[in-house]
Amino acid sequence: MSKLYSGAEIVFKCLEEEGVNHIFGYPGGAVLPIYDELKNFKSIKHILVRHEQGAGHAAEGYARSSGKPGVVLVTSGPGATNAVTALTDAYMDSVPLVCISGQVPTHLIGTDAFQECDTTGITRPCTKHNWLVKDIKDLAKTMRKAFEVATSGRPGPVLVDIPKDIQFQKTSFVRHKKKIKLNGKTHNHFSQNNIDELVKLMNKASKPIFYTGGGVINSGPKASELLRELVRATGFPITTTLQGLGSYPADDNQFLGMLGMHGTYEANNAMYDCDLMINIGARFDDRITGKIDEFSPKSKKVHIDIDPSSINKNVKVDLAIVGDVKTVISSTLKHIKKTNLSFTRSNKQKISKWWEKIQKWRAKRSLDYIGSEETIKPQYAIERLYELTKDKDAYITTEVGQHQMWAAQHYKFNKPNRWMTSGGLGTMGYGLPAAVGVQVAHPKKLVIDIAGEASVLMTMQEMSTAVQYSLPIKIFILNNEYMGMVRQWQELLHDKNYSESYTAALPDFVKLAEAYGCVGIRAKTPEELDDKIIEMLNTDRPVIFDCMVDKQENCFPMIPSGKPHNQMLLGPKDQKNKKITGKGKTLV
Amino acid sequence: MANTKSAYSFAGKKQKFDTHIIVVWVDNEAGVLARVVGLFSGRGYNIESLAVAEVDQKLNISRITIVTTGTPQVIDQIKLQLKKLVPVHKVADFKREDKKVIFKEMALFKLVGNKNKLDKAFTACKKYNPVILDKTNKSKVIQITALRREIDNMTGNLKKFGLVSVSRTGAVAMTRGEKVFK
Repeated sequence: MSKLYSGAEIVFKCLEEEGVNHIFGYPGGAVLPIYDELKNFKSIKHILVRHEQGAGHAAEGYARSSGKPGVVLVTSGPGATNAVTALTDAYMDSVPLVCISGQVPTHLIGTDAFQECDTTGITRPCTKHNWLVKDIKDLAKTMRKAFEVATSGRPGPVLVDIPKDIQFQKTSFVRHKKKIKLNGKTHNHFSQNNIDELVKLMNKASKPIFYTGGGVINSGPKASELLRELVRATGFPITTTLQGLGSYPADDNQFLGMLGMHGTYEANNAMYDCDLMINIGARFDDRITGKIDEFSPKSKKVHIDIDPSSINKNVKVDLAIVGDVKTVISSTLKHIKKTNLSFTRSNKQKISKWWEKIQKWRAKRSLDYIGSEETIKPQYAIERLYELTKDKDAYITTEVGQHQMWAAQHYKFNKPNRWMTSGGLGTMGYGLPAAVGVQVAHPKKLVIDIAGEASVLMTMQEMSTAVQYSLPIKIFILNNEYMGMVRQWQELLHDKNYSESYTAALPDFVKLAEAYGCVGIRAKTPEELDDKIIEMLNTDRPVIFDCMVDKQENCFPMIPSGKPHNQMLLGPKDQKNKKITGKGKTLV
Repeated sequence: MANTKSAYSFAGKKQKFDTHIIVVWVDNEAGVLARVVGLFSGRGYNIESLAVAEVDQKLNISRITIVTTGTPQVIDQIKLQLKKLVPVHKVADFKREDKKVIFKEMALFKLVGNKNKLDKAFTACKKYNPVILDKTNKSKVIQITALRREIDNMTGNLKKFGLVSVSRTGAVAMTRGEKVFK
């Protein structure tokens, strides 16, 4: 008779098998047996958060910066419901998470027991799959499948709900090396014909553009390398989505910047005017397309994606290539090198006119803003932060709002996995716990959460986690005392009726930092900004940086939603020159 | 533009809706129907009728037949989204007009009245393979199998013959000929 292991032990044995080193969690009645076993597994370190949502976002930050799945451990009832926001966030942004939740003992399920909730029912629409383990014999199999589902194909969150009695029960456990097969759901579904056709289209195009997204990052660092090779070989311009930042070096001349609602003038106009759009691992989100009927009307569209349901969901495409970005790009490169040696030269001449046009758009300098000597402009703050940290291989997380868009516009990313932001769900309060997770994965690296004062207060309690584990995260708050993006929409679309978007009673962030046992720094003028940022960077402890910025500043350029890409609203400088007054408003 | 105060894009042009029958083979496990149905309600797809039962006791496979309406794009999405669900094995899709596929629904009618009326009711059902499942002096339970619209019509027609209760299933589907959907 082989040795018998409890359900709690099997959970950890499976985590060991998957090479998990860190879990983010919060104990409670229904997971106590699992927590009891923690001490016997030295290779797994538990990070105690202050709220289960924080555990989820920390695991997301961990996953996105390391490429490994994030693991969350929460108790039943409120533990599980608090994790729902993070699970939904991970589902929208395709982040691999494995959430283990405790459940009341099987004989109490359905009786409205203390801290009971229908966890699998609640999380069904916000996970790729979830399981309620009702038989101890299924536990190991389920845990393995959970990791497989979370990390294969288009990654995403899964949840395993384990009743307390199952955690106590015993069964045998056999180590398992072989991967479970998943009904062939993860395979590449493209053929050489697809690649031939793609290269043919690329050959014919005179106004091509690459539009790349988070799928490139999710496909691994190799995919980003291959993308660079492909873009250089073709000479085509490239724009990336919010989630794709870092997959292509932002300071490269072929990079047009981010596209979409707050994307650059050149990126959006190029998307509108192009004759060939090659979408690699992006999903035609509504913040990208604007008005769908007028989205890039003159182009042939190619869509490369691992998720077949992303194809033709929002925008009909002419060529669909279902597969892993890395594999598709590598096949394409091989094809170009093998059969089309002259391709690169002849094509570059063909598209030179296109580049001239793009340079004209570029000359608009759509990210420019009107500087100030008295107040810190938020764009200036990001620019300085970038200049002072660009050689430090920094990892940047953000909350959600104006600061997020300014960070995306003005912080230049050159490597994948350095940029963690909540794009799909737009979760305020994402950045601080995500920074905790990133710092856990990369203890020696510089991790900065570019934050807004409203967002950061939603998960501020996780500063306590950062202090407990000596995680020197830097919370860089662009403090304008408003929910800035809400205020901006109210200014532009609701006749300046600033309904409930001003926070009249904010905490003193410097004192708050001190109360948490970390360091608080405040910058009030552009003059002192650099010194204060350097002070922050030289502090080897968690820092809350209260950067008091211009309260009125708006985030431009902007495509007012429901408008096509070629009808952008540019910044105040441009508006003044064009004297857009009454008419400008109808643009919005 | 009607309403410029939206942060979202505007709904595109309305397209024509087609009726499709979607057949899904799934693992018969806890919550699987909720996953399928939840996908429809969560993404705003229609369900006109639904029939589900286990068809393979050994492999624990259930067959779900869903009648739905949508634009061609929506129907495509329904299939692709269903295929992503972990317990789903395969998904078939037929247009209702498709001549190669048989669709059937079953209905049970309870009629109460005198013998004359009950006999007339049975005669009225003649076209739809009527079976008398229960009979008393004053009542009859008649089973018919037919298409949705035919059953709709029959429930109207039988009112005058003493129809007091109707119970009916969703549609089930099977391809004609020797071919099997793989």
